[in-house]
Amino acid sequence: MEEFAALLDALVYTRSRNAKLKLLADYLRSTPDPDRGWALAALTDGLDFPAVKSATIRNLLTERIDPVLWTLSREYVGDSAETASLLWPEPPNAPSPPTVAEAVDALSRMTRATVMSDLPKLLDRLDANGRYALLKLATGAMRIGISARLAKTAFAQAFDVAVEDVEEHWHGQSAPYTPLFDWAAHGGEAPNSDDLPLFRPFMLAHGLEDTQLDLTHYAAEWKWDGIRVQVVRAGGETRVYSRSGDDISGSFPEIAEALQIDAVLDGELLVRGVHQGGEEGGAASFNALQQRLGRKTVSRKMREEYPAFVRLYDVLILEGQDLRALPWTERRGALEALVPRLDPIRFDISAVIPAADFAELTTIRSRARDDAIEGVMLKRRDSPYVAGRKTGLWYKWKRDPLLVDCVLMYAQRGSGKRSSFYSDYTFGCWDGDPDAGAELLPVGKAYFGFTDEELKWLDRHVRTHTVNRFGPVRETDKSLVFEVAFDSVHASKRHKSGVAMRFPRINRIRADKPAHEADRMDALKALIRD
Amino acid sequence: MARDFSWIRPEPWGIHVVPADCWIDPSRPVDRALVTHGHADHARGGHGHTFATPATLAIMKLRYATDEGAVPTPYGKRLALGGGVYATWIPAGHVLGSAQILLERAGERVVVTGDFKRRPDPTCPPFEVTACDVLITEATFGLPVFRHPPIEQEIAKLLNARAANPQRCVLVGAYALGKAQRLIAELRRAGHADTIWLHGAMERMCRLYEDWGIDLGPLRLMSDAAKGELAGSIVVAPPSALNDRWSRRLPDPITAMASGWMQVRQRARQRMVELPLIISDHADWDELTQTVIDVNPAETWITHGREEAMLRWCELNQRKAKALALVGYEDEDD
Repeated sequence: MEEFAALLDALVYTRSRNAKLKLLADYLRSTPDPDRGWALAALTDGLDFPAVKSATIRNLLTERIDPVLWTLSREYVGDSAETASLLWPEPPNAPSPPTVAEAVDALSRMTRATVMSDLPKLLDRLDANGRYALLKLATGAMRIGISARLAKTAFAQAFDVAVEDVEEHWHGQSAPYTPLFDWAAHGGEAPNSDDLPLFRPFMLAHGLEDTQLDLTHYAAEWKWDGIRVQVVRAGGETRVYSRSGDDISGSFPEIAEALQIDAVLDGELLVRGVHQGGEEGGAASFNALQQRLGRKTVSRKMREEYPAFVRLYDVLILEGQDLRALPWTERRGALEALVPRLDPIRFDISAVIPAADFAELTTIRSRARDDAIEGVMLKRRDSPYVAGRKTGLWYKWKRDPLLVDCVLMYAQRGSGKRSSFYSDYTFGCWDGDPDAGAELLPVGKAYFGFTDEELKWLDRHVRTHTVNRFGPVRETDKSLVFEVAFDSVHASKRHKSGVAMRFPRINRIRADKPAHEADRMDALKALIRD
Repeated sequence: MARDFSWIRPEPWGIHVVPADCWIDPSRPVDRALVTHGHADHARGGHGHTFATPATLAIMKLRYATDEGAVPTPYGKRLALGGGVYATWIPAGHVLGSAQILLERAGERVVVTGDFKRRPDPTCPPFEVTACDVLITEATFGLPVFRHPPIEQEIAKLLNARAANPQRCVLVGAYALGKAQRLIAELRRAGHADTIWLHGAMERMCRLYEDWGIDLGPLRLMSDAAKGELAGSIVVAPPSALNDRWSRRLPDPITAMASGWMQVRQRARQRMVELPLIISDHADWDELTQTVIDVNPAETWITHGREEAMLRWCELNQRKAKALALVGYEDEDD
């Protein structure tokens, strides 16, 4: 438990992704089974102990210290587990910490009837950092910025195995993942996962930059502006996974219910655009889909108002046959043969664009008016389905970004390497004629799109043009114009300006342009296509 | 005889000793100020007369470049202030020169602790428990979550981080008066003999400590360092310099901060600290409550900090207490 507590603390104070990976990998390598597996599960939110909840901690503490002092402390610290770890009376004996596995075992045996007497016994064996780690592990609220993806990458790094293989084998396993460690650390056999609805790592594309491709070798299809998903059915169960491998079946039950054939399908999750400005029965813009994202449960009204469907790109596995090694043309054939067998309300196929050559494709792409189209995909006809981003196989060719000239309003310091630089910029557009007293309304925030040299210049600009300070934020004198690029803009009630940009970035610094010539809100609003 | 101690009147800008017309640590200029210690929020400039220990006066002279109106009051010397009031400066264990002030009038005794701690500090004499009727105490860390660990443990954390990263340097944010010198003295006590590098703002105060007989070992200014000389070293800077441009020339620094606030993880994260060192020159919760028990006053008045929890503790322990609403004391960086 001390090692786990030390890891947790180090992760809390580490901001750089690489440093986090190293900490995790070192821990996984040096910690024996099954502790490392339990720790991994705890860090990726995989543990649940029904008898231990945040309220349990409060009750336990207010038996020992005055409730008013507890409340004052809790309010100040802002975290129940941390407050309790600091307030817990130091045990009279030297700590004799349990292993993570012992702690997990003890926690899982606790019931509502026994937790008030058994949890103190564990807490008495630990110091303050150990108590913090134990309570965090017990209540499952780590919140230290370790995504499942980061944990898998660290695992791969620890044992020098491919992260794609880790992804593939991970999903069938449950904590403490001993077969997974046997395979990665000791060269054991890979865990078998045929009969489980597991996530398979996605094949990804490189951006197409200034290259012309020969369409005899590459097929073109539309790239849709939804979220990439994988729909998997095996062993009588169906799951919908997001690009990061998170199970989002709960948010889109109609998709999970609709697939009745054992398969692993790759596609774009979209909602039908009846009233969202898209063509009748077609796909709506991303903004419509956004209404459905991030929900644990979905009301019937939601399902009716924003009906989801998947536009299929590829088939990885079909009725027990792994098709991933086959060329794209053969998988495409299998997919085209499969689609008529699927529920047409929930599944269709992303059409291949009939372009004779690259010039024609360029023309077709520039004429595309459908707002659900994000660009064009180019897939090498003989490409197998391989995890990750392999050069030369798949390319994405996004629609040209939208551009607008904005004025820098506020800047905030970045983190990690950028912690001394003002690198996060909030910019705005005029709400009328600036020469007639119009004001700037903040329309977006961006922290990339510039070079290191430009960052130094921008940092200096912010420091020498500051008019106000609010904690880590500086307000500037609104003299600098940015050409901001973004993928789309949507109406938003949550923003003061009434608009929200998607993927804004600094395209160019327009130090040459006077601020009053920057764009007005009308120009930005005219680009809304909800 | 009902005692109301009305000759001591707390006002928002300081504690007024009415019969002698003196003010303790006033936050605005007055004719006669009684100063507990040299931190800028307690020792402001511009008073007609400033009564303080010789070390505190030296610190103030360094800061304000004048010692006009300075009246030295060595520890233990009983001074008649007029109006039947006597004042004695007593070690508080906070920083060099820091004192509690004992006020006596007609058999009544009032102790103003100023800022204090109970733990040993190689840079100043230890806190002395002084019996009194009214204890006017600080409560900067007046919450039961604050329990400062032994300083040896925190110094070991710092030295371990340095040893584990020979290509990097450890940049420690520490208050320029008191914290920085205590940190350096404790590093020396732990056997660290290498040059410690200073931010320019630290230098004069460190020299002053040395003039007062506190050995800080080899110190050099960061601005004098040759390229590559800082790898594997410890650099001490004021907290405000940690994430500023100044730190850019350091070799991939590990950002540390020596402060009692580092006990709370989110506070450390907000300061972008990678290596939090829980080192405080204030009393923690156990020291605060133990001091009330040791001094055993008839009344406890609480000046600044988290006074609600201290009030509650006094209530639970059947001790008469009240909170004073003083303004102008800062505790952010300690």
